[in-house]
Amino acid sequence: MTPDRPTSVDLRAIYEESGVGKILDELDRELVGLGPVKRRIREIAALLLVDRARRELGLAHEPPTLHMSFTGNPGTGKTTVAGRMAGILHRLGYIRKGHLVSVTRDDLVGQYIGHTAPKTKEILKKAMGGVLFIDEAYYLYRPENERDYGQESIEILLQIMENQRDDLVVILAGYEDRMDRFFSANPGFRSRIAHHVEFPDYSDDELLAISEVMLERLNYRLSADAEVALRRYLALRREQPHFSNARSLRNALDRARLRQAKRLFEESEGPVDAEALSTISAEDILASRVFETSQAGSTGS
Amino acid sequence: MKLTQGTFSFLPELTDDQIRAQVQYCLDQGWAVNLEFTDDPHPRNTYWDMWGHPMFDIADAAGVMIELADCREVYGDRYIRLSAFDSSPGWESIRLSFIVNRPTSEPGFRLDRREGAGRLIRYSTHSYATERPAGERYGDDA
Repeated sequence: MTPDRPTSVDLRAIYEESGVGKILDELDRELVGLGPVKRRIREIAALLLVDRARRELGLAHEPPTLHMSFTGNPGTGKTTVAGRMAGILHRLGYIRKGHLVSVTRDDLVGQYIGHTAPKTKEILKKAMGGVLFIDEAYYLYRPENERDYGQESIEILLQIMENQRDDLVVILAGYEDRMDRFFSANPGFRSRIAHHVEFPDYSDDELLAISEVMLERLNYRLSADAEVALRRYLALRREQPHFSNARSLRNALDRARLRQAKRLFEESEGPVDAEALSTISAEDILASRVFETSQAGSTGS
Repeated sequence: MKLTQGTFSFLPELTDDQIRAQVQYCLDQGWAVNLEFTDDPHPRNTYWDMWGHPMFDIADAAGVMIELADCREVYGDRYIRLSAFDSSPGWESIRLSFIVNRPTSEPGFRLDRREGAGRLIRYSTHSYATERPAGERYGDDA
């Protein structure tokens, strides 16, 4: 009693019905830059839709492996994209629940013999049906200590990644060079991860666009000369050590808000209007230490 | 004699897919699922051994099924039951409980009559399985 199979499917209709188009558009709108990442996500979405169409036609379909690694410098949006990924995979019907469990080494590795396996399994059970996001995954592997319990955790992860591919998706994230070293020391991981996604650094223009989004969410805006100042700030900040893209930008904006508040207190006589309360002017940004010590190369604020 | 305790006990054995569906229902209700095992299935024995902690914060039945598979591997020759706890009244109360694993042979129970003073009779239920020491009750040669 097999139901009649359709002889053709309308990919466009499947696409519309899955609602994934909306998420992808949202991704385009809300995340600035990240061209290669978005392209990869579109590819994955297309693959899953085609897989679903094949299933409807009764063609052989092996659910694809979707474990991923996200590599990139700090502040390039790895965690943010991982959260979106869970939503996308859920809409496409690849994972059943679509929640994101975000962990680091501390959550997986125990402190004494026999502590690691239950801890890792506990996390894996929670992540079933969703996405397990392991931030700074290379800390799991400590070659300098051969008795490190991280290895045990890695083995359990590998086993589950292989045997329960349709139950959860594992995303490893970290800085590129250290992830490369991690993968070369653990070839099992490299071969089980189908998608290596690289997160590029943001350009100055993209960072400015991001600043607009960040400030808009807080009901602030930059005055015209503040924007010029911020551009100069970013160029200088980029040259200094520990530049972490959007995260540095967010910190800079937080400090600018601080200075703006102080300035308003000192300058204001009488009532201030909403306009003044929500405008960050050039002097709030130019007061940063980055401008004074740009020659000295300090890590300053 | 097939042990009939808990929900579904008069139905044929649930398959793993059916168990998974029941577990998913429990999780979707916000209940915590727990596994227990015993080799002393006396109806008044409410304290079975726990297989780990009750599983809180689990979204998908696959997490519970892993534990069930592990438990069956170790205690596959005993009774295993799965219970779902609802904490919404402010305490943990059982909403659903059913047997998910049983030994291949179930010797069942015997009714003992003990005669007292006069014509008084006291009844007790005796589990044949408990005639052997704990841990050896449902071995191959049982």
